[in-house]
Amino acid sequence: MEENILSVQGRIFNIQRYSIHDGPGIRTIVFLKGCPLRCRWCCNPESQKYEKETMVTAGKAETVGRDVTVGEVMEEVEKDRVYYLRSGGGMTLSGGEFTVQPEFSGSLLREARNRGINTAVETCGFTRKEVFEELLPHIDTVLLDIKHIDGEKHRQFTGQDSTVIKENALFIAKKAKKLIVRTPVIPTFNDTLKEIREIAEFAYSLGTVKELHLLPYHRIGSDKYAGLGREYTMKNIAVPDKLKMEELLSVVNSTGLKGQIGG
Amino acid sequence: MKFRTEKIAKSDRIPKLVKALFEKMPEIEPDRAVLLTESYKSTEGEPIITRRAKAFAHILENIPITIRENELIVGSATKAPRSCQVFPEYSYEWLEAEFDTVASRSADPFYISEETKSILSEVYKYWKGKTTRELADSYMSHDARTAFEHSVFTPGNYYYNGVGHVTVDYPKVLAVGYAGIIAEAQARLDDIKQGDPDYGEKYHFLTAVITSCKAACDYAKRYSALAAEMAGRESDPERSRELREIARICSRVPESGACSFYEACQSFWFVQMLLQTESSGHSISPGRFDQYMYPYLKKDLDDGKITYEKAQELIDCIWVKLNDLNKCRDAESAEGFAGYSLFQNLIAGGQDKYGRDATNDLSFMCITATEHVFLPQPSFSVRVWNGSPHEFLLRAAELTATGIGLPAYYNDEVIIPALQNRGLTLEDARDYNIIGCVEPQKAAKTDGWHDAAFFNMLRPLEMVFSEGYDKGQLIGKRTAPVTKMSTFEEFLGAYREQMNYFIELLVNADNAIDRAHAERCPLPFQSSMVDDCIARGKSVQQGGAVYNFTGPQGFGIANIADGLYAIKKLVFEEKKYTLDYFRKALEDNFGKPTDEKMSEKLTAKVVKALAENGTEITEELVKAVYREIRTNKCSESEKAGYEKLLSDIESLDKYGNDSEEVDTFAREMAYTYTKPLEKYKNPRGGTFQAGLYPVSANVPLGEHTGATPDGRLAFTPIADGVSPAAGRDKKGPTAAANSVSALDHFIASNGTLFNMKFHPSALRGRSGLESFVALIRGYFDRKGSHMQFNVVSRETLRDAQKHPENYRSLVVRVAGYSALFTTLSKGLQEDIINRTEQQSF
Repeated sequence: MEENILSVQGRIFNIQRYSIHDGPGIRTIVFLKGCPLRCRWCCNPESQKYEKETMVTAGKAETVGRDVTVGEVMEEVEKDRVYYLRSGGGMTLSGGEFTVQPEFSGSLLREARNRGINTAVETCGFTRKEVFEELLPHIDTVLLDIKHIDGEKHRQFTGQDSTVIKENALFIAKKAKKLIVRTPVIPTFNDTLKEIREIAEFAYSLGTVKELHLLPYHRIGSDKYAGLGREYTMKNIAVPDKLKMEELLSVVNSTGLKGQIGG
Repeated sequence: MKFRTEKIAKSDRIPKLVKALFEKMPEIEPDRAVLLTESYKSTEGEPIITRRAKAFAHILENIPITIRENELIVGSATKAPRSCQVFPEYSYEWLEAEFDTVASRSADPFYISEETKSILSEVYKYWKGKTTRELADSYMSHDARTAFEHSVFTPGNYYYNGVGHVTVDYPKVLAVGYAGIIAEAQARLDDIKQGDPDYGEKYHFLTAVITSCKAACDYAKRYSALAAEMAGRESDPERSRELREIARICSRVPESGACSFYEACQSFWFVQMLLQTESSGHSISPGRFDQYMYPYLKKDLDDGKITYEKAQELIDCIWVKLNDLNKCRDAESAEGFAGYSLFQNLIAGGQDKYGRDATNDLSFMCITATEHVFLPQPSFSVRVWNGSPHEFLLRAAELTATGIGLPAYYNDEVIIPALQNRGLTLEDARDYNIIGCVEPQKAAKTDGWHDAAFFNMLRPLEMVFSEGYDKGQLIGKRTAPVTKMSTFEEFLGAYREQMNYFIELLVNADNAIDRAHAERCPLPFQSSMVDDCIARGKSVQQGGAVYNFTGPQGFGIANIADGLYAIKKLVFEEKKYTLDYFRKALEDNFGKPTDEKMSEKLTAKVVKALAENGTEITEELVKAVYREIRTNKCSESEKAGYEKLLSDIESLDKYGNDSEEVDTFAREMAYTYTKPLEKYKNPRGGTFQAGLYPVSANVPLGEHTGATPDGRLAFTPIADGVSPAAGRDKKGPTAAANSVSALDHFIASNGTLFNMKFHPSALRGRSGLESFVALIRGYFDRKGSHMQFNVVSRETLRDAQKHPENYRSLVVRVAGYSALFTTLSKGLQEDIINRTEQQSF
């Protein structure tokens, strides 16, 4: 059994250490490849397709995506064990979307938990409910994106409706040990007081959610689109200023949630 | 609440005192040199220890004294703030040679008046043939001097200056005053037997102790009289009252034991500044200030005699005074110790001698003082162990987040056993403090000679390729030509052989200098406050301390590890290149032009030589020389080959990325320096112990080092401390920390130095600070010894280079100390900017 779990394969495109804004403490983020959404502002466009692809970075072509075993990932995750223990940190699965590779994700999460390493996931929430049903017992913190309440606008900017996400949110809120809602603040998409209030009110209505993090839009990653031979459709959009973010923050706080800017 | 953690407000006095410090450029003052020489002339033929004591007394009796505006703690070594005295008994030729350039040089310039120049020129006539430097020269072997001249190592610090690097028995002076120490020396004097073989030596030493301690008491009384006189003239009644209080205190301490916190502060300060008048040695480190000062604070607080605010103001005043002292070094040393630093290391927190946590309210107030004064001195440090209070480390992290580069963090869990391994008792090891940059020792019992030399670990590697030759001269071991080496072990064997050879020469040089200090500059005042000098009847310099060490520093670990790893992989495993090709590539600097800054320096040298030969110097000629130096003569195909080699080196794993194979290699390579050194003895009856850090010498000594197999180009900076080479650690702070912790920090018991640079965003907010503290704790769990941080963005530093006038108070961490960024030389500024900046994700 033990050996089986370690040899389960999955596809990742990066492992990033000393991550301190994605879940509690010092964390190592495992970025899985493949995502059901196509958010226009996505800062990791190379994460979206499950297939391996070539990206040009600083004039150099590199293959994005490699197949690894749970054992190999754990070897890398283990390197920062002392820092997790000292900070209450651990491993975070991000992406892409961890639910796209449920067997691999589930094995990683189980293995980490067995070793006493805290687990977190960053998710868009778009998947079959059964996947969450199976994986939630192995997750300490869920960081769930709620990007928009309106289904049509959600589809327009991410490629998918928000209905499934909202249903899953309700389910996660009931079952998860800890759920934090995060909202990327994207001008032209969801940066009005009304839209943010709707999201915050929805999050509050879930009952178990205490925190909502507003993540201001940034352009880091926009160069990757060219590197992948794709067009970046958000290039004329300004980064939200501090004043604007604080305004939105007070809207979040007014719903009874504890808001914060940044992860 | 166990501790009073809330911040105490800053008194209005502090910004005024700080401002006054920086109103003028530091200046060289001649008074001490003149008085010293007068005294020496009148004591010819007497025992050296007596002459030293009489000279000290003569200086203190006559040197101009001053109480600066708004001061509560008094005692200044110079008339003008941040100025310096001169110490011709150690060496003087360099200053005489630099009379016309010392005010305009790039690192640590000092103003010197024409009058001072002529006074010093007169004084210097007396000193020819009488300095420690000259005596050291005659004790040094020919081979050692050659290696020194060829920059394999430099013991320049103690060669040109006093040794310093000591923490004396402050608590003893606070408790019993110099009157108590005089009584102790007198009792010992009454005790020694006239039939003892060393009666004379002991007699003169103990008498010298008494003379020196009396001189210190009398010096304080001069301040008492001056304060009383100023109080009489003072129109502001508040200031007049302050001056009368100063007069009262200086009439009591340091002669008697301190009866209040204020008296303890003033007594402490006299000890601190007088040690730096007796000798030019730096790193006179206050040590565990929060421990020995606390009983006085607590008593006054309990008795309602002082408020936290008043106590904080006094501590802040001491912090300002620590920045008032200064030292002028020769131009080359100034680059190695850049930033006008005196490395007065003061440490808070940690365990007591029984192994219990010793953090107290004063530990927190030390952090506040550094925030209030916001200057590089003291070199503020904190001790960390598994039982350190979290709130203390969080508060320290807040100070780090300001970007001042302070405090440095030290790991009790490594340092205590490391010191025990060197023969300290468990209680003494637990009570350690830090000297200067990163060197641990037990206060009041140790003469550690902690900064004995810098040893450039890359130069012996160059010698492997050149068969021991440098600039046409055989200076190392004549090892086999690399063309004859068929295994990596042979290559490594040759490196070890070169290392062992130069380490022995380093020991020779250090011991020569050590003897010279014992013979020509024993220090009776310092020795009065270090055990067991009085009992043994001999000075620190003659081996009077309980623990004696010599600690020279090796540096370049990262380059050596990466370079030898490259050779192992590319030559012996992948067989892509031959050793001879590597040799040629290094000789050709990988086909790259000579570093721009270095080319300018070399051009100046050549032009000077031409001028001396009578060649007429024209602008054309200078340009032609420069062009010649800057042009790499390799053919295009050679250059293309070297490009390929560089790119192959680049793609190998590097130290700093948590790669087990390279890190293990780094550990082994560090042993090539740390292990052979352990077996050597010094003349004071102690042993050698290695440190791994360069202070800031990695930049100037890099200028004497050709290209290295890790891809480092000729004359560029060498990696600092045990940190990864600049820009080569790419996996974030935990990966870098893991690599560094792979070294054996226990054996490098003279200290290791790990620099990390953070972008301010990484320490933002509570969670940023918490993660930062966890990073330190994690590194220490993995048995790292020391960590220090620069938290300032690259953009800020670039802007400070462009507009220094806007950044006069920007403090950055250089090596084992902080300094004002704008006072550093361009090369060092670049080195700091180029350190890998750790971002948070």
